[in-house]
Amino acid sequence: MKQWFNSGKPWIWLTAGSVSISLIAVLGLLILIGWRGLSFFWPAQIHEMDVRANDGSISTIIGEVYETETIPIERLRESGVALDDFNEPTLERWLIKVGNREYVPLDFSWVLQPQIVSDETPADLAVFERSKDGNFYGYVVDVLEDGVSVANQGNIRDVLQQRIERAVELNEQASDLQDSEIGAINYQLNQLRLERRALELAGNLTPAEEDRIAAAEEQLREDYQVLEEQLFALREKASRDQVQVRDMRGEIVTLPMYRMLAVHFPNDMGFFAKLGHFFVQIGKFVSDDPREANTEGGVFPAIFGTVFMVLLMSVIVTPFGVVAAIYLHEYAGKNTVTRLIRIAVINLAGVPSIVYGVFGLGFFVYMVGGSLDQIFYPEALPSPTFGTPGVMWAAITLAILTLPVVIVSTEEGLSRIPSTLREGSLALGATKAETLWRIIIPMASPAIMTGLILAVARAAGEVAPLMLVGVVKSAPMLPVDGNFPYFHLDRKFMHLGFHIYDVGFQSPNVEAARPLVYATSFLLVTIIVGLNLTAIGVRNHLREKYRSLEH
Amino acid sequence: MISVTPTENQAERLDLENLSAEQTALEIRNLNLHYGDAQALYDISMAIPKNRVTAFIGPSGCGKSTLLRCINRMNDLVEICRINGEIRLNEKNIYDKDVDAAALRRKVGMVFQRPNPFPKSIYENVVYGMRLQGVNDRRTLDEVVERSLKGAALWEEVKDRLNASAFSLSGGQQQRLVIARAIAIEPEVLLLDEPTSALDPISTLTIEELITELKEKYTVVIVTHNMQQAARVSDQTAFMYMGKLIEYADTNSLFTTPSQKQTEDYITGRYG
Repeated sequence: MKQWFNSGKPWIWLTAGSVSISLIAVLGLLILIGWRGLSFFWPAQIHEMDVRANDGSISTIIGEVYETETIPIERLRESGVALDDFNEPTLERWLIKVGNREYVPLDFSWVLQPQIVSDETPADLAVFERSKDGNFYGYVVDVLEDGVSVANQGNIRDVLQQRIERAVELNEQASDLQDSEIGAINYQLNQLRLERRALELAGNLTPAEEDRIAAAEEQLREDYQVLEEQLFALREKASRDQVQVRDMRGEIVTLPMYRMLAVHFPNDMGFFAKLGHFFVQIGKFVSDDPREANTEGGVFPAIFGTVFMVLLMSVIVTPFGVVAAIYLHEYAGKNTVTRLIRIAVINLAGVPSIVYGVFGLGFFVYMVGGSLDQIFYPEALPSPTFGTPGVMWAAITLAILTLPVVIVSTEEGLSRIPSTLREGSLALGATKAETLWRIIIPMASPAIMTGLILAVARAAGEVAPLMLVGVVKSAPMLPVDGNFPYFHLDRKFMHLGFHIYDVGFQSPNVEAARPLVYATSFLLVTIIVGLNLTAIGVRNHLREKYRSLEH
Repeated sequence: MISVTPTENQAERLDLENLSAEQTALEIRNLNLHYGDAQALYDISMAIPKNRVTAFIGPSGCGKSTLLRCINRMNDLVEICRINGEIRLNEKNIYDKDVDAAALRRKVGMVFQRPNPFPKSIYENVVYGMRLQGVNDRRTLDEVVERSLKGAALWEEVKDRLNASAFSLSGGQQQRLVIARAIAIEPEVLLLDEPTSALDPISTLTIEELITELKEKYTVVIVTHNMQQAARVSDQTAFMYMGKLIEYADTNSLFTTPSQKQTEDYITGRYG
């Protein structure tokens, strides 16, 4: 035993065990959020069940099983549920998503397993995805065009599919019109308003200028009228069709087609049809805008906001960090003051991120942003331009948060470069600055990339400071659009991390949102991993290029 | 006792005590060097003749590399280093305030103990010094590359892969590349700091032959711990011990009839 102990084997087991536990923890996390998140997109079977209520009456429920749960029967008895002919200690309880939000009080309902009289999955059950009020479950009865049935024009599913596609197409045209052209006119009108105000403030608002601006505004308003008519015409066209559906109460409900996004019949799908649907749903999730207070639809603005903010932060933090590290390592005297500064920089990395958020709000948003508004945007006051949280302040705040990481790894990279290379360059008549630019910084670039990778990983995961300096639950416009100057750094933005918090904890319907929380988390992890892999790829390329001397 | 037989290719003897101005490349006068409180060089005075190979020999830590690095002011990089005395290049003290170290180093090239090519292509390594001086004309650079690589006896081996990474060369080739890089900017003096200590015997031989050729155009100062090498390549040899210049003479006479006891002990292998 003692010999075994001295052989060092226990040590190997201990170290290998630690590695295994870490690995299992990480893999477990990824698998859990990946599984829970992705299974949300797989089309679930739709059940039609007859359920006996406590008073003996039987009602029908149509919906998908969201969750099952085992609960002790005692608890149910205590709460007064009649379960006379049931003697097991525990029973199963199902959470059914019944949808049809405008017709039933709750779109989720709990069903006790012994209360289910019958459970079927009829092939004709349809699931409608709608732009408002969530999913609708039921049997398709008829398709109406201007109130007249057109179901006899062919297979009713094909007719329905075709009509929905038409409505979706028209809606897309309408929203394109609204976002791009009407949006541009609104933007220009606002610019004109600001221009007039600026001239007014400067005392230069001559009648000629006044007339010019008024004429431009008039022209824009006329254009607006034309576009608005087009928009109404599109909406008019989109509201032509309707669909009649029999819901779980047995009533026939007429639903407008322009609210429809898609229809599918999950009980009638084969494996490959389901697989196709799965990928289509994932595609919609990453490319659509959120709907219904973020509980439905996609997360595209949040993905865009996250990536844009992180890239902006990288652009800010890299030059600053590298320059600071170069001064500390190359120029600063090797004395106590430098050492103190270095320790201070390293300790900055330990400051809680919310503190940076408070600093960003107080210093950047109110002081710097407020001053910028006074100097450059007086015409917009009292409504602030940069004196309010926005994507630029968020990026700068996170840049400060991640600055220590970049400085420390750049310095490490600088100190790893063999002194013979510096001397070689100096011996050829290069000055110190020339040596830095031509030899040292290119060779330190893999280390700089390492710093950037760590910075990106940290910044993409931060939520707390962002809540103070620019993130919002729902941003009407992306920070990049087609209106000059294209990048609107003063705008607020959406962020996946904040989206998770918002959907998971602030949403009116927590049950509905839970799978979205997993899916968004998985997406956030995927994006961070993607950003990191890109940076690691670049770093490995640089490393290969500047491979240290082999001696 | 090690037998050291000087070879035939050494130039005729010079009177090292009384060199004329035309014959002198460098003149070191009363040079003292301190690292902090420790003195590393004691009152060194010597004249290094033009277009010849001068070797510094001596045991480890005797100050021979330190002295060499004084000649192109590499010791400026060491903060605690203090230097008194003069080194005159073309009648001008290189430690005068108005001398720019970078400009000096263009005139006094240096090759280090280990090959230190830059992480660039062979071509870019050679033209590095030219680019620093703002020369970017492709034709001029091409000529410089060919001339320098030929001068460093490397042209034939690399002329077909000038754009390959310098790291793809062997150690001996890398050292010759570094020499080519140094002579590309046409210095007056070339300092070699144990240039073959990291190389195999065959590469060493190539470099030694190269050194003999280089002295036709440049003044060469070489530091070596290898006495045979000093005997083979140099015209005059300085023996240093404990920071002092013990003996400085024509190579033949230093190795055959050393005037100092310490020199004799060293070359006969009693220490070092």
